[in-house]
Amino acid sequence: MHLPLSEMYNEPDDRNVLDRMRQGVIGQPLDRPEGALKVSGQATYAAEWRIDGCVEGVLVLAEIAQGQVTAIDRDAALARDGVLAVIADPAMTRRSAQGMAAKAPQQDAAKVEYFGQPVALVVARTFEQARDAAVALRVDYADAAEPVPFDPHAPDVKVEAPSSSKPVEGGDLDQAMRDAAFSVDVEYDTPGHASAAMEPHATIAQWQGDSLILHGSYQMLAYNVKEIADCLGISPDKVRIIAPYVGGGFGSKLGITHEAVAAALAARELGRPVRVVMSRQQVFQTVMRRSETRQRVRLAADAGGRLIGLGHEALVSNLPGEKFAEPVTQATEFLYGGENRLLKVEVARISRLTAGSVRAPGEAVGMQVLEAAMDELAEKIGIDPIELRKRNLPATVPVQGTPYSSRMLTQALEQGAQAFGWSARQDRPCQTRDGDWWVGMGVASAARVNMMVPAQARVTLRADGSALVETDQTDIGTGSYAILGQIAGEMLGLPMARVDVKLGDSALPPGAGSGGSFGAISTGSAVLYACEEIRKRLAKILGCAAEELVLKDGTASHGDAAPRPLRDVLGGEDLTTTGKIKPGKTAKAFSQASYGAFFAEVGVHAFTGEVRVRRMTGVFGFGRVLNAKTARSQCLGGMVWGIGSALTEELAFDTRDGHLVNHDLAEYHVPVHADVPAIEVILLEERDAAASPLQAKGVGELGICGAAGAIANAVYNACGVRVRSFPLTLDKIVPSLPDPFAQTL
Amino acid sequence: MASLPPTAHVNGLPQALPDDPRRTLLDWLRHDLGLTGTKKGCDHGQCGACTVLVDGRRINSCLSLAALHDGDHIETIEGIGQPEALAPLQRAFVTHDGFQCGYCTPGQICSATALMAELKAGWPSAVSADVAARPNPTREELRERMSGNLCRCGAYSNIIAALEEVIANETTETGAPA
Repeated sequence: MHLPLSEMYNEPDDRNVLDRMRQGVIGQPLDRPEGALKVSGQATYAAEWRIDGCVEGVLVLAEIAQGQVTAIDRDAALARDGVLAVIADPAMTRRSAQGMAAKAPQQDAAKVEYFGQPVALVVARTFEQARDAAVALRVDYADAAEPVPFDPHAPDVKVEAPSSSKPVEGGDLDQAMRDAAFSVDVEYDTPGHASAAMEPHATIAQWQGDSLILHGSYQMLAYNVKEIADCLGISPDKVRIIAPYVGGGFGSKLGITHEAVAAALAARELGRPVRVVMSRQQVFQTVMRRSETRQRVRLAADAGGRLIGLGHEALVSNLPGEKFAEPVTQATEFLYGGENRLLKVEVARISRLTAGSVRAPGEAVGMQVLEAAMDELAEKIGIDPIELRKRNLPATVPVQGTPYSSRMLTQALEQGAQAFGWSARQDRPCQTRDGDWWVGMGVASAARVNMMVPAQARVTLRADGSALVETDQTDIGTGSYAILGQIAGEMLGLPMARVDVKLGDSALPPGAGSGGSFGAISTGSAVLYACEEIRKRLAKILGCAAEELVLKDGTASHGDAAPRPLRDVLGGEDLTTTGKIKPGKTAKAFSQASYGAFFAEVGVHAFTGEVRVRRMTGVFGFGRVLNAKTARSQCLGGMVWGIGSALTEELAFDTRDGHLVNHDLAEYHVPVHADVPAIEVILLEERDAAASPLQAKGVGELGICGAAGAIANAVYNACGVRVRSFPLTLDKIVPSLPDPFAQTL
Repeated sequence: MASLPPTAHVNGLPQALPDDPRRTLLDWLRHDLGLTGTKKGCDHGQCGACTVLVDGRRINSCLSLAALHDGDHIETIEGIGQPEALAPLQRAFVTHDGFQCGYCTPGQICSATALMAELKAGWPSAVSADVAARPNPTREELRERMSGNLCRCGAYSNIIAALEEVIANETTETGAPA
C-alpha cells in the first residue's frame, strides 16, 4: 500500500510503520526532556521574559453586568505616581476567542455584556503603581436598556438551537419509553466549571516597527496569531507569538483573550514593551467558563436489558450570539444502542462570561450524567452495571450506521473489574460500613471523540547525525516535547539524547496546537511523515528501498551491509523536510473515539455526608501509546478532574447581579493532595489505523470523561443516596442519609 | 553608626530589599532579582506556587512584603538545585513525572523540602493520630502536609510517589526514620 506523505488522511494507514522500526523508544515511559528545567525553575513562562524597558499593565473590570461605559476618569489616574497610560480602545476585546476561531472575538470593551468584563487597562512603571491605579480608576456606566437574564432558568430567558450542532433523531422515543420493560427518565444538573490553569493568562507585547512580538500563554499559536492580527487590523505576517512553556491550559488558552490585545495596544501607544498579567480573580471572571448544564436522560430497555430508546437533552448557556454550545451529547451519539433516540442541546442566552471549551467540552459533563443514569437503569433491571454496558454496545453507530474504527470498551470494563476487585461490590447500598463511613463502589464508561486537525512539522537530520523537530505545537503539560522527540527518534533510529525538539514559536511550521486531545496525533503524524521522507532520501543515498533501510543508534544499514554512522552517510549535508497532514475521509468513514472504564471506591460519612474517594482505577484504550509515562499522567490528571467535578467544583453566580461569587482558588475548589487517593491507571495495547498514521488516538481528555459518574455511582452504592446535582456536596447528601447508627441496612 | 540598607540573603547572596513597601517577597524575587522559578499562581496565598523557604520554613511569598525580610535567609527553587545538579527531590519529580505543565512544580518542591525537615523535627499535622509521637511519613501524612500546593494538572499521585522515594532513600542512608 502506498500513501502520499502529506495532506489528506483518506485511508487507514495499517502499515504500522512505527512497529517496524528498531530504535525501541516509541511508547517507552521516558522522562520529559524539559523536566530538569521545570523542576529547577528554569523553564520560562509568558510573564517571565526579561525585556528591557518593559512596563506593567493591569486590567480594569466592569462593576456592572450590562450597559455602556460613559466616562473614564483618565486624568485622576494619570496624576498618580508612575502611571503612563489608561487604555480604553475600541479594539479591546469584550469576549475571549473560541478555540480555532482564527479571527477576532467580540471587540469594543466599552459595551459591557457581563459582570467583570474588562473595560480598560492602566499602565505604569511598576506593577504596584498600575495595580493601585487600576483599583482607583473611576469608570461611569449607563445601564443597559434591555438586559438579558443572569439565570439560564429564568422564565424570560431566550432559548435557541445552537448553530454548532444538530439534534440526532431516530424512531419514536416516546413509544419506546412506553414499550420499555425498564426505563429511567431523570434530570441532572451540572454546574459551571473553570479551567483554573495554574499559570494565569499573561502577555508581554513589544513592537519592532510594524511587527508585533508576543510572549504569551496560549495553546494554539497559528490560530492565535490570526486572532490577534484581526483584533489589531494588521496582517498575520506581522505577528509572532512565543510560548515554549505554557502553565496549563485546559481550554482556557485555546483562543486569545483580553490581556494580549490590551498589551499590544498599550505597547503601540507607548512605544515600549508592556506586560499584562491577569490576576487570578480576573482569569475566573473574564476568560472562559464551562457552561452549567441541565440534562434530561431517558433510557428505555427491553426485558433483556437492551436499550430500545435513548434520550439525552441538555440546556446549556452562553452570551447572546456566541456560537459555542457545550456539546453535551457528543459521546452519547455513538456509545450505546437504542435506535429510538433524541439527542439535543439548546442554549440559553444569558449574561455571564463567555462559555467555551474547558477540558473535554461535551463529554466531561455529558458522560458523567449518562453514566449515572445508566447506573440507575442497571439497578432497576437488577443486573450488574458492567453487564448492562456490555449488552448495549452497538455494531454500528445508531441512526447513522457508521462503523467503529476500534473500541476497547469491553476490554477496559473487564480488565478494570479484575484489577479493581469489582467482584467484592455489594449489589445493594448500605451493605459495607467502615467505622463511621459507608463504603461503596461505582463504575462508569469513558469515551471521548477522536479528532485530527491540520498540522505541520519540520524535521532536520543534521549532518552530525542528530535530529531537530520544529513546529509551533505547544506543550501545555501534555508531553509534546517527549512524544514528538520519541516519534522522530524511533523513525530515524536515534537515541533521545540526539533528538532536539523546538516548540511554541509561531515562526515555526504550524502544528495542530494543544486542544481537543488532537495535538499528539496530528502534529505527531506530521513528524512521522517528515521522517518517512528523510528515510526515503537516506535510502536513495544508500541505494536501497526505504523499506529495507534499518536505522538504529545513529547508524544506517540495509541487507547484509555493515551499519554506517549517519554522519558518514550524510556527507556533511543536512536533510530537512516538512511533514503535513490534514483530516480526510477516515474522519467521516469511521466513528473514532478513545474508550475506557472508571472504577471508584468512596466512603460517605454516615453522620455528615462527607464523601471521600478512597481509591480509583482507570483503564484506557486510545490506540498506540506514544509515551507510557506522560500518557499515564494525562489519564491521572483527568481522573483528578473527575474527583473535582464529582465533589467540589462549581462556579457560583449571583443571579441578582450576575457576579461570579467564587472567583478565586479559595472559593472555587479544585482537588488538593488530600482529596486524591492512590489512582491506578492501566493502558490497553491497541492500534487504530483509522485515527492516524501513528495508530494512536487522543488521550488528554479521556480521563475525565465519565470519571465523576463512577464516583456518584459509588456514593449511591455506599449510602443509598442518589444525588442528581453535581457536585455531590454534603448538604445534598445528608438530608437523605439512612440511620447512622445502623451498621448495615 | 550609619544603618545598613535593608538586605536579605537569597540563595546565599546578599540582596538589597526594594524601596517600594508594597512589593511582595514574590514580586521582588521574580521581578527585581529575576528569580522567576518562584511562581505567581494566585497572589492570595491560595495555591502555593510561590512557596519559598525563609530561614528554613516554607511560606507563601505572595503573602509577605519584601521589606519585612531584613536579615532573613531565603531559599528559592534556584537555590535547591540547577538542571545540571538537581537535588534528589527534583530528580525524583522528573523520574515519577510529578508535574505536567510545570508551573506549580517549584512550589511543590520547596514545600516538600520543608516538609521533610518538619517531619525530622517531629512536627505533627492535622492527621497525626498522636501529636506527641514522632510522625510517620505515611501517604496520608504526606498528602495532608502537601495540600497547600495545588496542581491543576493533577500530578498529585506522582508527587507523593517522588516524595516517598526520597524519604525512603534518606531513611536508608541515615539508618534513621525521616
